Amino acid sequence: MANDVRPVDPREAVVEHLPAMRAFAASLTRNSAAADDLVQDTIVKAWKNFDKFKPGTNLRAWLFTILRNTFYSDLRKKKREVEDVDGAMASTLSEKPHHDGRLAMADFEKVFAELPVEQREALILVGASGMSYEEAAETCGVAIGTIKSRINRGRARLAELLELNDDDGLELTDSATMAVLNSGMQVRKTGH
Amino acid sequence: MTKDNDKDRWDEKIDQNLRKVFQSKLDEDVPDKFMELLAQLREQDDQGSAHGK
Repeated sequence: MANDVRPVDPREAVVEHLPAMRAFAASLTRNSAAADDLVQDTIVKAWKNFDKFKPGTNLRAWLFTILRNTFYSDLRKKKREVEDVDGAMASTLSEKPHHDGRLAMADFEKVFAELPVEQREALILVGASGMSYEEAAETCGVAIGTIKSRINRGRARLAELLELNDDDGLELTDSATMAVLNSGMQVRKTGH
Repeated sequence: MTKDNDKDRWDEKIDQNLRKVFQSKLDEDVPDKFMELLAQLREQDDQGSAHGK
C-alpha cells in the first residue's frame, strides 16, 4: 500500500496515550522510575503485537491491558524487590505533617498507595481515567462485578484510612489532627 | 443517621482525589526517552516491512 493513502496507523496513536499510560503505571507501581520502565516495556510489547490489535477498537484499553499484564508478570518475577519497595513506602507513610491542615493530595496518595494493587487499579481506571466498568473489567480480564466490588472495597478502605487522619469528617483542620498524623496514623480519636 | 450522606461525601472526595492524582501525572511532560523509543520502533518497522506483508 502506498504511503500516502495508508489508513491511520494505530501505532501513530500510541503517543497520545503515553500520559495516561504513565499515570496508570504510576498508580500500579507507586514509583515513577518503575512506572516509566513499565511504560517502556509496554510500548515494546505493544509494538510487537500490533497485528493483534483490532483497528477501531479501544486502543487505550488495549495498551492498558498490556501494561497491567506486564506489571503483574514482573511482580511475580521480582517479588522480593517489590516487597522491599513496599517496605520503604510503608516507612515513609507518616513522615510528612500537613502545612495547611487540609486533606492534602500527598496524604491521599499515601493512603491510596496502601491499598491492594487490584483495588488501586480498579479505582484509577474507573474513578480517574474515565473508563466504564465494562472497559475496566475487560482491561483487567475480570467480571464487571469483580471490578465493582474492588472499587467498593477500595473506597471503603480509603474512607477508613482517611478518616483516621481526620477529625471532623472531610478536612484536617487542627493541630490535634496533625498530632494524630504525626504519631503514625494510629487508630486514635482525639476528642478536644 | 448520616451514614449514607457521609458515604456520598467520602465517595465524592475520593473520586476528586483520584482524578487529581491521575491528572497530575497526565499533566507531566512525557520524557524524551519515550519519543526516542517510538522513533526507534518506527525505524525498525520501516526497515523490516519495507516490502509489505
